[in-house]
Amino acid sequence: MQIGIPRESHAGETRVAATPQTVGQLLKLGYSVVVESGAGEASSFSDAAYVEAGATVGDPWATEIVLKVNAPSDDEIHALADGATLVSLISPALKPELLEALSARPVTVLAMDAVPRISRAQSLDVLSSMANIAGYRAVVEAAHAFGRFFTGQVTAAGKVPPAKVLVVGAGVAGLAAIGAAGSMGAVVRATDPRPEVADQVKSLGGEYLYVDPEAAEVSATGYAKEMGEDYKAREAALYAEQAGDVDIIITTALIPGRPAPRIITAEMVASMKPGSVIVDMAAANGGNVEGTVKDQAILTDNGVTIIGYTDLAGRLPATASQLYGTNLVNLLKLLTPEKDGELTLDFEDVVQRSVTVVRDGEITWPPPPVQVSAAPAAAAAAAPVAKAEPKAPMTAGRRLGLTFAAAAVLFVLIALSPAALQVHLTVFALAIVIGYYVIGHVHHALHTPLMSVTNAISGIIVVGALLQIGHGDVVVTSLATLAILLASINVFGGFAVTRRMLAMFSRS
Amino acid sequence: MFTLETAATAAYVVAALLFIMALAGLSKHETSRSGNSFGMAGMAVALVATIALAISRHIEPLGIGLLVGAMAIGAAIGLWRARVVEMTGMPELIALLHSFVGLAAVLVGWNGYLHVEGDLGGAEAAVLDGQNLLGIHSAEVFIGVFIGAVTFTGSIVANLKLSARIKSTALMLPGKNILNVGALVVFFALTVWFVVTPQLWLLIVVTVLALLLGWHLVASIGGGDMPVVVSMLNSYSGWAAAASGFLLSNDLLIVTGALVGSSGAYLSYIMCKAMNRSFISVIAGGFGIEAGPAEDKDYGEHREINAEGAAELLSSASSVIITPGYGMAVAQAQYGVADLTRKLRERGVDVRFGIHPVAGRLPGHMNVLLAEAKVPYDIVLEMDEINDDFDSTSVVLVIGANDTVNPAASEDPSSPIAGMPVLTVWNAENVIVFKRSMASGYAGVQNPLFFRENTQMLFGDAKDRVDAINSALESAALSR
Repeated sequence: MQIGIPRESHAGETRVAATPQTVGQLLKLGYSVVVESGAGEASSFSDAAYVEAGATVGDPWATEIVLKVNAPSDDEIHALADGATLVSLISPALKPELLEALSARPVTVLAMDAVPRISRAQSLDVLSSMANIAGYRAVVEAAHAFGRFFTGQVTAAGKVPPAKVLVVGAGVAGLAAIGAAGSMGAVVRATDPRPEVADQVKSLGGEYLYVDPEAAEVSATGYAKEMGEDYKAREAALYAEQAGDVDIIITTALIPGRPAPRIITAEMVASMKPGSVIVDMAAANGGNVEGTVKDQAILTDNGVTIIGYTDLAGRLPATASQLYGTNLVNLLKLLTPEKDGELTLDFEDVVQRSVTVVRDGEITWPPPPVQVSAAPAAAAAAAPVAKAEPKAPMTAGRRLGLTFAAAAVLFVLIALSPAALQVHLTVFALAIVIGYYVIGHVHHALHTPLMSVTNAISGIIVVGALLQIGHGDVVVTSLATLAILLASINVFGGFAVTRRMLAMFSRS
Repeated sequence: MFTLETAATAAYVVAALLFIMALAGLSKHETSRSGNSFGMAGMAVALVATIALAISRHIEPLGIGLLVGAMAIGAAIGLWRARVVEMTGMPELIALLHSFVGLAAVLVGWNGYLHVEGDLGGAEAAVLDGQNLLGIHSAEVFIGVFIGAVTFTGSIVANLKLSARIKSTALMLPGKNILNVGALVVFFALTVWFVVTPQLWLLIVVTVLALLLGWHLVASIGGGDMPVVVSMLNSYSGWAAAASGFLLSNDLLIVTGALVGSSGAYLSYIMCKAMNRSFISVIAGGFGIEAGPAEDKDYGEHREINAEGAAELLSSASSVIITPGYGMAVAQAQYGVADLTRKLRERGVDVRFGIHPVAGRLPGHMNVLLAEAKVPYDIVLEMDEINDDFDSTSVVLVIGANDTVNPAASEDPSSPIAGMPVLTVWNAENVIVFKRSMASGYAGVQNPLFFRENTQMLFGDAKDRVDAINSALESAALSR
């Protein structure tokens, strides 16, 4: 099959969907590649470089597969060949009218921004790869606008203090910014509502600012509501304090498809030192900073530069094209399992299902929800003999039905049994449930010691034999003696061997 | 009123709680030793209480002598076995211990019969009859003997298979499922009969039936499924103890049996999940057998590497993951592997272990072997923890593992092991596979991993090869 790489028509777009390097990888998958003349110009890839890599220069719209960066324009939608497959960024959730227009054509559309966030699909995740570049570029833009060194220096001409950078939000972009600013020598601080990212921040050389370390402890007592408001107030106080201290603020708080939260107020901006720089990476959705102007860098009255560029990734066109192109190659690898240049869509595969937003002129968005982690097998322990049977994920209704059925059977059985037995059955059922939960937490590495301990414990059957021995009957006594002998081997051997094993486990 | 009886009951409750704490303590390495001590304390409490109770019930002097003698002999044998057993022999030992519980349960059940049903005119029978519990008692005897006998022969067969005294291949009797189900049906019919008229010959028949069933169940399961079998037998031994508890109206036995029973069942469940199979299909056995043929596919050429090459590759690596399998246990290579680990870590190489849940012949078997060789447990990770890290790993050493690292499981839907979660070693930069020859693994499935571009084969005995790499590393260090 032929792959077409058109020149991006969107004004200001510098990226391209394939680089000479990724063209080579596409060819390995069995495809042939047609590149529009000048497609890679803005990313510094010449037509000659593509030809050298094995592509041909020609009309990319006559091909069976079109790889693009931006969503297609109306003209481009019409230019697609019947039965063609288009791969690009689509934003299906935000642009239903675009989906309508696409579905009017007999084409298949794969949205690169609809990749599910599961570990297997990480190599296709455009949002992450672009956020990474944007985070780096945000630091570069800030450094460009900032009139001083990032790193502190002691020179013959005097001492220069290092710049202080505050990164708001430690997602992919935030972490990239922390790493870039840190490696330029700045003092980097970062905030994030998820305290668990503190380690990641530290690993990149940044300092994680806790909104309030004590607040986290208080929350355990259950004052969630008041805490929420309290937390916001403390958070605002933290930012107000930091704004007066730091030289550069980079905000990354953005949830796709939602207005960006307002984090830095006009007062905080006003409190910053002249010459300070703010890069608002959420400018596209309204900005985290009061006063951000989309796609512009403005200077406030007190001399603070606020940068609201929304094309940060595109400002590093060669790298952005390379990473985006590699994301595309990884997607095509998934779609071309035989490496024979034939694109096949397997709707059983969650990744392939999720990215497909239009198939043969039919809208297939939104996809069924992706199960990120396997559902825990609960409820199986209710039945007395818990032969937990791994099956395909059961529907909630069926599971409920089965539980009720098991409960009903148990109810009838116990209701029919005499009172003396009922007590024992109660103990029995509860012990099974306790056993299930206790064992569920046992570390995998300790399964062998667990087995030998349970082995020793099940030697408790010796109790039964002890109570039977020595009551007249010779046969009974001799059988009981034998049982005591066997069970004792279990009890003593089991505990001793467990002890021996556990003593071997050591930490480095 | 404080009597010996109430004191014994209280002691039983304490013992049961101590057992629960023992199992809970085993959930972490840090608390595992105290967990074991809790278990011993619980057992001591239970034994003291029971012996006191037995003495108070006017036991004969001869009985006391036998009791003490039997316990002393049992303890001596148990402690001796525990001291001398090789860690590679743990599966056999555990299977054997299961069989003891099973046999003890059979004996207790028989005694229950002789005591009550065998002596219908006796005092006990009269009491039970008065409470209208005689039928229940008979059913309990029957069930206890049945489960105990199945556990007994099943564990014996498992022990023989694991110690390679009989062939570990699966026995394929014609209509084996019908045999199993038929045995169960007959058992239910006999139970009803026995409840109506408790006769000795019925008990003998059911004992023989259960012995045969236990033998057949395990005999028809192949060697690679042994982790499931052993944990399943663990579960059975627990249910056998619980059944004896019902028989003797002893809550401690019931609680302990249920704890052990559900623990074994849960472990079996984990193992089955790790093999992506249903519990029933493992018990029914026969998995690799139908998978044998249809393997004429051409996978291409495999590449070989020698020990020196491997040593060179390892010393220039930044991170290494070792994925051991049963082959490491067979070759006793764990000490060499531990030595290699130490050498590489001294050179600043990040060495970790990736353990598949069903590696070895016992749940957690590999962990115990590595611990024995003094590999620190915090670099021994389970599959889910390490699978995402293969991408960024320079060298993976596959030592004696095959099916658990087979890419066909995730890539070839027609493969007999399709869908089984595996260690994704092939994502690493280099893979070195230690193997005796190009033969296929337990499941009888060829492994496309061996033919990957980034895979190199190191043929020979795992222990010899690891030792060769160690000496190559040493001489390289000297010449530097």
